[in-house]
Amino acid sequence: MPGNVQSLERAAAILHAIAGSGGQMGVTELASAVGLAKTTTHGLLRTLLDLAFVEQDARTGRYALGAGLLGLGSHHLDANELRSRASNWADALASRSGCAVRLGTLAGFQVVVVHHVFCPDDSPQDLEVGLVLPAHATALGKVLLASRSARSRPAADVRLERLTPSTLTDPVSLAGELEAVRGRGWAQTREERLTGVAGVAAPVRGPGGLVVAALGVTGPVDQLLTTAGTARPAVVGMVVDAAAAVSRELVPRPGDGRRG
Amino acid sequence: MAERYVLAVDQGTTSTRAIVFDRGGRLVAVRQREHRQFFPRPGWVEHDPEEVWANTQLTAAQVLRDAAALPGEVVALGIANQRETTVVWDRATGRPVHRALVWQDTRTGPLVEELAARPEAAVVRDRTGLELAGYFAGPRLRWVLDAVPGARERAERGELLFGTMETWLVWNLTGGPDGGVHVTDVTNASRTLLMDVRTCRWDPDLLDFFGVPAAVLPEIRPSVGVLGTATALPVPVPIGGALGDQQAALFGQTCFAPGEAKCTYGTGSFLLQNTGTELVRSAHGLISTVAYQLAGEPVHYALEGSIAVTGALVQWLRDSLGLITTAPEVETLARTVADNGGCYVVPAFAGLLAPHWEGQARGLVAGLTGYVTKGHLARAVLEATGWQTRDVVRAMDADSGLPLDTLRVDGGMTTNNLLMQFLADSLGTPVVRPMVGETVSLGAAYAAGLAVGVWSDTEALRRNWHRSAQWSPQPARVAELDAEYPQWEKAVRLSIAWGQRP
Repeated sequence: MPGNVQSLERAAAILHAIAGSGGQMGVTELASAVGLAKTTTHGLLRTLLDLAFVEQDARTGRYALGAGLLGLGSHHLDANELRSRASNWADALASRSGCAVRLGTLAGFQVVVVHHVFCPDDSPQDLEVGLVLPAHATALGKVLLASRSARSRPAADVRLERLTPSTLTDPVSLAGELEAVRGRGWAQTREERLTGVAGVAAPVRGPGGLVVAALGVTGPVDQLLTTAGTARPAVVGMVVDAAAAVSRELVPRPGDGRRG
Repeated sequence: MAERYVLAVDQGTTSTRAIVFDRGGRLVAVRQREHRQFFPRPGWVEHDPEEVWANTQLTAAQVLRDAAALPGEVVALGIANQRETTVVWDRATGRPVHRALVWQDTRTGPLVEELAARPEAAVVRDRTGLELAGYFAGPRLRWVLDAVPGARERAERGELLFGTMETWLVWNLTGGPDGGVHVTDVTNASRTLLMDVRTCRWDPDLLDFFGVPAAVLPEIRPSVGVLGTATALPVPVPIGGALGDQQAALFGQTCFAPGEAKCTYGTGSFLLQNTGTELVRSAHGLISTVAYQLAGEPVHYALEGSIAVTGALVQWLRDSLGLITTAPEVETLARTVADNGGCYVVPAFAGLLAPHWEGQARGLVAGLTGYVTKGHLARAVLEATGWQTRDVVRAMDADSGLPLDTLRVDGGMTTNNLLMQFLADSLGTPVVRPMVGETVSLGAAYAAGLAVGVWSDTEALRRNWHRSAQWSPQPARVAELDAEYPQWEKAVRLSIAWGQRP
């Protein structure tokens, strides 16, 4: 049976000790409570401070539970809540870009469509809410994969399904692309899932700055991309602005109250 | 050419929203602020008009800053407002003599019963196109005049002013005690029980019947046309129009042709169908109301099916039962189960409006068994909105002879896909949501923009309308729900019976 991760157990013991005290504890007191050397305890506390799982009283130097812990239980963002908050900005993006808009979240290696606004040409279209898309072949998916922590990024041995001749099926190429997405803050696809269709997407961030969703447009290649094959700057601007506007909707503002 | 924007203020039941739209009818910036709800007694609901006014000024100033428009680029202000909510204030000081009586408030029930017993009560329905019900503004005005010491005498001397929310806001925006314009738009006036719906003037017989002195009443104006200049904003802007919120949504959905209809899903839900320049009288429990009027043109009418409690039932699940923490989570909870588990919720919190008009009906949860979970309850809560819509759509089809081939929807609940699909299945017609879900604000912006020439005519507005989503009926589900509908009707009958005196 594999052993537990020792530093995690120790960190948890520290948190339990502080919680049990009902207030603040000094480092010496904590070290003796959890049976560790003071330097070890101090090291663990530094990391917990960085994560905001504990707070240090500036005057006494004593430790209390941090705000980061409070968020863990309640900051799960409900997909229906997310749609409700994004709706106005998704509408405006579809209207400005003339393209269909999708908002997606990541589930494993797939994107779940949380919200979908039709392309505003009044042609017959089907609502794609709930549809699951391959992450590696969509701009939404690239944004979401790029935002995952290094540990949970796709491993080199993941099999990437080929959907069109342009689909990125080599994990190394995909990793390079995701690196570029992280650098510039948006992603694009060119005929990687459907022939003739391009996509541009940007990250939507929750109150703590973590990427919670991706917002993007899809449309004909020549409408979204330049002849050189890169996303048109005007389109990128609209998508990034709309994603930032949705991110702002997710941050509670004093006096705004709850929507809907 | 410089960009031209229009500012809309949607003064709603729970909050005030200020939104800037561009010429394409696209949302540029939005600000919102909630106001307090006062419940001094069971059935009483009040707002503080001064708080609402302060929130209007604040959100308007914020949204103008957010939009970063150049001076002069915001060319008009339009107002949409919660209807029937009644404010009475002192002309000299601008101070309300009482908190606003909100449209959900039921305190005028006994007064209305007493009035309905009079022989001349028949004149009300004939003159106004409305039911004689406590839901409308006139009885609330009468209540304030009776309840506040000295109010009637002061009103008769012309020292007090009456208005629905748009009147209160326009008066304050245009200077308040210092030259404020005292006007109402014809759609709001049509909801008072004091206006003749054919002539669109205050009716002396109705004023006598309700005991309201003419001196408190605002001047009735078209919905589209400049009312004055909003000098109380950081940059003065002409007020180009005002409409009741539901009429604003009809306008925002560009339902300009007879037969076109929309339903707005908010705290309550309101189905309005344009019936053109002819007044259509309902034989099936709907009301006849003014849809809109462009300055210098004839009035357009609508048939309306008013449902008091839809989104408010979801809020009840959130605030009173604590089963969800935000309103959209009701969909998440409802999707934990496959059906309603035999459970029906009739949300007759303060009686039932269209098509029943049973003021004494009270809410009930029917079909409870040990099997029912909070998931089933969440489903029944959402279905209550769907079933109530079916009730008013049936009445409307019967009255207008123009069966709905598509229902245009808007409002906060339209992001709820479970509800929208249920609507399509229970009505057996496609449900379509436009690109701008904020149709109330958009309608106010359209009205104001038309008045100052941002848009040339209503055809130009139609070109801005696009579909953003559509839910199509699934034949198998339609048949299932047809079979279930009698269960709902039975639950409604029970809720009416529950409210009847023994």
